Amino acid sequence: MDLVVIIILQVIAAVASLALVSVGLAVIFGMMRVINLAHGEFIMLGGYAVIYATRWGVNLWVAMLLVAPLFVGVVGIVVERTVIRFLYGRMIDTMLATWGLSLLLIGAATMIFGNTTTGVSAPLGSVTIGQYQTSLYELVLVVIVVAVLGGLMAILRLTKAGLIARATMQNPAMAASLGISTNTVYMVTFGAGAALSGLAGALIAPLSGVLPTMGVAYVAKAFITVISGGSAIIAGTLSASMLLGSLNTLATFVATPVVGEITLLFAAIVLLRILPQGITGRFFRRAL
Amino acid sequence: MDTKLDRRRILKAAAVGTAAAAGPWFIRDLHAADDIKIAGIHDASGGLDIYGRPMIDVLTLAVEEANAAGGLLGRQLTLINYDPQSNIQYYTQYATEAATKEKVAVVLAGITSASREAIRPVLKRFNTLYFYNTQYEGGVCDRNCFCTGSTPAQTVEKLIPYAMKKFNGKKIYVLAADYNYGQITSKWVKKFTQENGGTIVQTDFFPLDVTDFGPTIKKIQAAKPDIVVSVLVGGSHISFYRQWAATGMKKQIPMASTTFGVGNEHVVTNPEEHNGILAAYAYFQEVKSPANADYIKRYQKRFGEKAAPLTELAMMTYHGFNLWAAAVKKAGTVDRMKVIEALEGNMSFTGPGGKTTIDPATHHAVLDVYLAEAQNRQFKVLESFSQQKPADTAAVCDLKKNPNENQQYVIDVKV
Repeated sequence: MDLVVIIILQVIAAVASLALVSVGLAVIFGMMRVINLAHGEFIMLGGYAVIYATRWGVNLWVAMLLVAPLFVGVVGIVVERTVIRFLYGRMIDTMLATWGLSLLLIGAATMIFGNTTTGVSAPLGSVTIGQYQTSLYELVLVVIVVAVLGGLMAILRLTKAGLIARATMQNPAMAASLGISTNTVYMVTFGAGAALSGLAGALIAPLSGVLPTMGVAYVAKAFITVISGGSAIIAGTLSASMLLGSLNTLATFVATPVVGEITLLFAAIVLLRILPQGITGRFFRRAL
Repeated sequence: MDTKLDRRRILKAAAVGTAAAAGPWFIRDLHAADDIKIAGIHDASGGLDIYGRPMIDVLTLAVEEANAAGGLLGRQLTLINYDPQSNIQYYTQYATEAATKEKVAVVLAGITSASREAIRPVLKRFNTLYFYNTQYEGGVCDRNCFCTGSTPAQTVEKLIPYAMKKFNGKKIYVLAADYNYGQITSKWVKKFTQENGGTIVQTDFFPLDVTDFGPTIKKIQAAKPDIVVSVLVGGSHISFYRQWAATGMKKQIPMASTTFGVGNEHVVTNPEEHNGILAAYAYFQEVKSPANADYIKRYQKRFGEKAAPLTELAMMTYHGFNLWAAAVKKAGTVDRMKVIEALEGNMSFTGPGGKTTIDPATHHAVLDVYLAEAQNRQFKVLESFSQQKPADTAAVCDLKKNPNENQQYVIDVKV
């Protein structure tokens, strides 16, 4: 019985962490159709923001929830102003540009921070469930992810800014003719996507450690999740994370971590064969 | 001003250019004829730099000290350090360059077993002497290659019974890196566990880029072992020690490791995450001996107080260099075969890590092994075992009988 509870908790934690590393990309790729290959490096920058902020005496939670997203958000806006804004509608070109950016950021991080794994210890200690123990931080992480997705949903659904953003993504010409500065909307949306990636990097830093090349491990998973999810950014990310995350974790439990990874990739291939438009191309079509 | 370019001008410029280019080459050749060149190929960047950088520093210092003491055979040494950036492809490229272009007398190189197996055939083909100074899984049998690091029969054999006795446990759960080092070492762990009356509950393998150990930690809890043994390698796997402590398991199940500390894991993790982890190597920086204290003083003077802590990998690089230097002195030449023969004459060097002697039959080292416990970012040496023989490689390799052998045996561990 305890084992069932602990496996369920582990699955939920895996789903949450997959959704967390994907949501920033979902905004940038899903909403703006910019193939952001520097997504992993935004995550990495979020991780380093936490490491350095805590070294300079900032409270760990403040560093994770405020400093990292703000810092990476600003980086995102700078990137959008200097590179991405010239490339809207040119998907292949954005891919090339962001790939270059990714290499640049890895190189710069290696020069500045050194090519060594650094990390902070996970806060909060552990909880006991029957005969098992699990890290309380992992559970808090789930709560934060739920809050982030809920918050994003609320912003897009309920606020005027969200409405403007959705309208601009759907039909930029019409939005512009109605007096909306699409330029600003793109900038803010890209910045928000980057900030979410930064938040993801900050929150996984205590679990995985931070390394200039750490983004590589996440960028593929994030793309697989977002593409499997389909066009609806929140419902898509969430449903794809649930499916892929739980398969990965269960396979890891039954067999080995290698089999877990294979299962995830295999499931994504099968999924895209059956549902080429992603999960939300067929189900939850009116969802956000 | 006349900016016209005619044929005569171009020819003149070209002639001057050629002469200028030839000048430095000429001087360099003169210089090179006098020096003994040696090469180091260790990762100064990329995921393996945690292992590589102290090795490079130690080798650099060793050559500087040798030169300050008058060099070898009255000639100065020139060290060429290559950085293969944790990329196997660069290893072969630089090994070829060192052997063919620079024609070095010896190459000290390689961290992972994969990198060693990439360059060993290259150096053999170009008849260039090779020293591999890393602890590894054992089994290399090649007359051109000397392995000065410790192997499982020297370290794991001491570590496992000690851990079983100290933690009073018989059930062991093994976590290992998923490549030849992890696969083979975990077999040795199993062998020594069974020989001491214990059982292996389970062995899990992890690719080098895995950072999420959550499901595994739950599996360990379900299996309820008495001891966890870690054969994990590299920067990503450090997250296991963090996650293990974060779940509170560290207080419940003790741990021993064949790899913890060689990458200075005990410096980047917190004391709550590493206190009490047992490890066994041919060297710890905390080894108490006058030779070691003196060496650390010199090392820190050269590279600063904050220099990366010394590991077995770094120290055996120092021993490896000195064994080669001693053999060159004895042979009176840097000629490869004569140096090999000198090394095979039970060449021995006593340094900060104790006494290291080349075993002529295996080209591995008889060395002193230390068992220690991680405590507050340092190791506390608990026991030392003098002059351990490379019994694992000796079981499969006899270069005295078969001097032309050239392979790595996968030692058939009877489990």
